[in-house]
Amino acid sequence: MRAFYETELTSSLMLGTAGYPSPAILAKAFKASGAGVCTVSLRRESAGGAGQDFWALIRELGIPILPNTAGCHTVKEAVTTAHMAREVFDTPWIKLEVIGHTDTLQPDVFALVEAARVLLEDGVQVFPYTTDDLVVGEILLAAGGEVLMPWGAPSGAGRGLNNEYALRAMRSEFPEVPLVVDAGIGVPSHAARAMELGFDAVLLNTAVSQAGDPAQMARAMALAVEAGRAAFQAAPMEPRDMAEPSTPVIGKAFLS
Amino acid sequence: MRITLNGEPRDVTAARLTDLLDELGFGDARVATAVNEQFVAVADRAGVIVAEDDRLEIVAPMQGG
Repeated sequence: MRAFYETELTSSLMLGTAGYPSPAILAKAFKASGAGVCTVSLRRESAGGAGQDFWALIRELGIPILPNTAGCHTVKEAVTTAHMAREVFDTPWIKLEVIGHTDTLQPDVFALVEAARVLLEDGVQVFPYTTDDLVVGEILLAAGGEVLMPWGAPSGAGRGLNNEYALRAMRSEFPEVPLVVDAGIGVPSHAARAMELGFDAVLLNTAVSQAGDPAQMARAMALAVEAGRAAFQAAPMEPRDMAEPSTPVIGKAFLS
Repeated sequence: MRITLNGEPRDVTAARLTDLLDELGFGDARVATAVNEQFVAVADRAGVIVAEDDRLEIVAPMQGG
């Protein structure tokens, strides 16, 4: 697996921490997932608030923490949130989100590029939540980014890979860059498909946290990611339009 | 003096940010701060004086995707 800013992950599954029925179920799901990264966020805190207990919980997970800038719509608030996250979570990593469209949560790639430039120059290691636009990807890499995280489908939609062609093109265009499908994964087959395309990881949250049994779904996602990765490495056959018998015809007895 | 704390009006006494965080009950809590939309790092808090009508944001780890 490609390294993420020189960090080797123990799993290609990046799992979010939002929306679980309880902290205990969150912990159980993470254990079942074997996730290589957990994503977290920052929100307003009151004295004695829930943030301190949550901090203790995620530290116990013992895996790299990827804080996000979820909900940010401007360069300024994304950059400020990233700086706050670096301090609170004690990590150079940031999942940089600058949202441009409310209904689809499509990234504002213009603001994303601007925010990424500011943060990369400041030594922050940016994981940009972007679209599958190749030109935007090139610009983010030229700015010093070392990871790209295109969306599969709108966040939380669970629709899988909306534009497999574009994702395949991205893999082809950036063969050495760690690529992550971030957002849109609904079921394990979506995750497996992303990995079959040669992506280095998938980042998902709702598909696990909102499942009837989050721990069981976390395990299913882990298996899917592993299967998809193994399949990519095994170089899958090319699909054909017509049948091709797998059993040899030569030597078949003449019986009609 | 009255400030805006996380979007809500709040009457406080301390002006130095470190003292103000103590007054508000944050003590050693793992939080990040911004005054008037500018990030204030832990190391800089002692040098920041909060004034009337300033806007203070205090954030902490939270679940996220």
